[in-house]
Amino acid sequence: MSMLSVRDLGVAFGSIHPLSGVSFSVDRGQTIGIVGESGSGKSLTAMSVMGLLPLIGGRITDGNIEFDGQDLTNLPETAYRKLRGGRIGLITQNPMTSLDPLKKIGPQVDAVAILHLEMTPKEARARTEDILETLRIPEPALICDRYPHQMSGGMKQRIVIAMALAADPDVLIADEPTTALDVTVQAQIIRLLDDLVKERDLALVLITHDMSVVAQTCDKVVVMYAGRALEFGTVETIFDAPQHPYTQALIGCIPRGGDGTAKLDGIPGTVPTVMNYPKGCPFHPRCTRAQEICTTTQPEFTSYGDSAAACHFAGVAP
Amino acid sequence: MLLRYTFQRLLMLIPVSISISIVIFMIVHLLPGDPIDNLLRIGSSPEDREALVARYGLDRSLFVQYFTWIGNLFQGDFGQAIVLRRPVIDLIGQNLPYSLVLGGLAFAFSSIVGMSLGIISSVVRNPIIDRLVRGFILLGSTVPGFWLALLLILFFAVNLRWFPVSGAGGWDSLVLPVLTIGFGGVALVARVTRVALMDARREDFVMLLHAKGLSHNTILFRHLMPHALLPVVTILALRIGWILGGAVTVEFVFGRPGLGSLLIRALGQRDYPVVQGCLLMLALAVMLGTLIGDIAQAAMDPRVREAKT
Repeated sequence: MSMLSVRDLGVAFGSIHPLSGVSFSVDRGQTIGIVGESGSGKSLTAMSVMGLLPLIGGRITDGNIEFDGQDLTNLPETAYRKLRGGRIGLITQNPMTSLDPLKKIGPQVDAVAILHLEMTPKEARARTEDILETLRIPEPALICDRYPHQMSGGMKQRIVIAMALAADPDVLIADEPTTALDVTVQAQIIRLLDDLVKERDLALVLITHDMSVVAQTCDKVVVMYAGRALEFGTVETIFDAPQHPYTQALIGCIPRGGDGTAKLDGIPGTVPTVMNYPKGCPFHPRCTRAQEICTTTQPEFTSYGDSAAACHFAGVAP
Repeated sequence: MLLRYTFQRLLMLIPVSISISIVIFMIVHLLPGDPIDNLLRIGSSPEDREALVARYGLDRSLFVQYFTWIGNLFQGDFGQAIVLRRPVIDLIGQNLPYSLVLGGLAFAFSSIVGMSLGIISSVVRNPIIDRLVRGFILLGSTVPGFWLALLLILFFAVNLRWFPVSGAGGWDSLVLPVLTIGFGGVALVARVTRVALMDARREDFVMLLHAKGLSHNTILFRHLMPHALLPVVTILALRIGWILGGAVTVEFVFGRPGLGSLLIRALGQRDYPVVQGCLLMLALAVMLGTLIGDIAQAAMDPRVREAKT
């Protein structure tokens, strides 16, 4: 049984449905990547799993989210609060703004252990320093006495990770954890997350738009576009034989080294906004292989060994 | 860090005080008329007048008069009231306590009620309550104090006879003036608190606080309130100056003794030393309020503490 499994998830804000038909699952010691451009519904998926949709005025309309055998879709808020930060940790996108600027680092991390592990402030602080140490933060005791604005972005992201780890969660959701960081720090953070999955037997949901990060760290991938999953499967299959044209285009965007003459590829067009999702296959306006049928009929998933793609022409040679 | 900051701010008060003393002195002396007219008996000759002008040193140049005033101030001497014929310091000492009690109570009233209303309207997601509070805020921000004072007197003092119409007798005589001054303050504080809380709620870090599993109340009181308090404290600090200055017209309407009443009377008589003394007290109160606000701001926000030292 999977640690976390999301089946056919649909989300609505009033009468707008920015997310539908998203499924994935992740086991302990495993990393699943959710990839897609901005606006594809990745963060919304994370918010749904955290049960934080009501905070921004959204609700789950379809499907279910199962955590350790427990259905979360109708879980009361008080029970959800125990999971949040306790058994499911969240790492957010922008470390610059994700810590309370008026509070010192120490108490902000301590709060998690005090709340979920019922520790005294003293025990919690000892634990905080331990965790900071394992995250390779020099002089944890000193850092605990600092304010967020006195630290670099990479350091702050480690603090956010420490907060997510403080209660020893089973699942970690990392929403674009490196997007706001310097390139040099990005690799460190990704490696750190990768190590954590192995050392702590965590299930990691890694949300990113960077296919190369997925290739390095993930076991499985879900490719999302315009609030839908277009293709999912194991990393090997997806990268060796991507079926969906969008996945192929994303992989094509990974910069490859070489003689320096190689041009960087992009995908022409832009991601549609929630207000004007296209009919049929959501990717058809930007797809090089789009035909009549793509504009009218939404494609079903077809399996190809370890993966499945929602494209009318998946498996058909171009 | 905070001590150094406080010291810096105190040093900055010196040039400010000097400029203020010049402005006060000039305004008072450039007003048409002088206090001597109030002292002359009917039928006095121009010679009598000149003798009086010379006696109070008003024939000397403004330059000399200013430095005499400042020199005496440094020795704790506010001068002698020309028309009221008593030391200015005695007059202020007699009236100040009334203003402090009235202003202090109004300040406390507007802070507590204003902040509570602001919190309620932004936390309770009830459109009727929110609309009521917002209506009250609009009313409180726009109704002038002297008019409200008259309404309150008419209703509670004349018709209902719950409180005295005027004077400074017992505690019951404080109720209407405090309400009058506090009303505008309540509206202002409520508005600032409401907006500040809603802004704080939109900050990025709030999402992560929820993700930590903290309850709504913990997030509200431990994290959102401190953020919302930053602008509220600034507004409140500016109103500390108002404790003395804001009551000027209201004291007059309610016939209460106080710095405001003293100032208005002295202004009418062009009693220079008294007007100068009162204005100086009001300016000091405003400076003190601003200082307290800045220090509180630095004490609450580590970013301010570092940026300014």
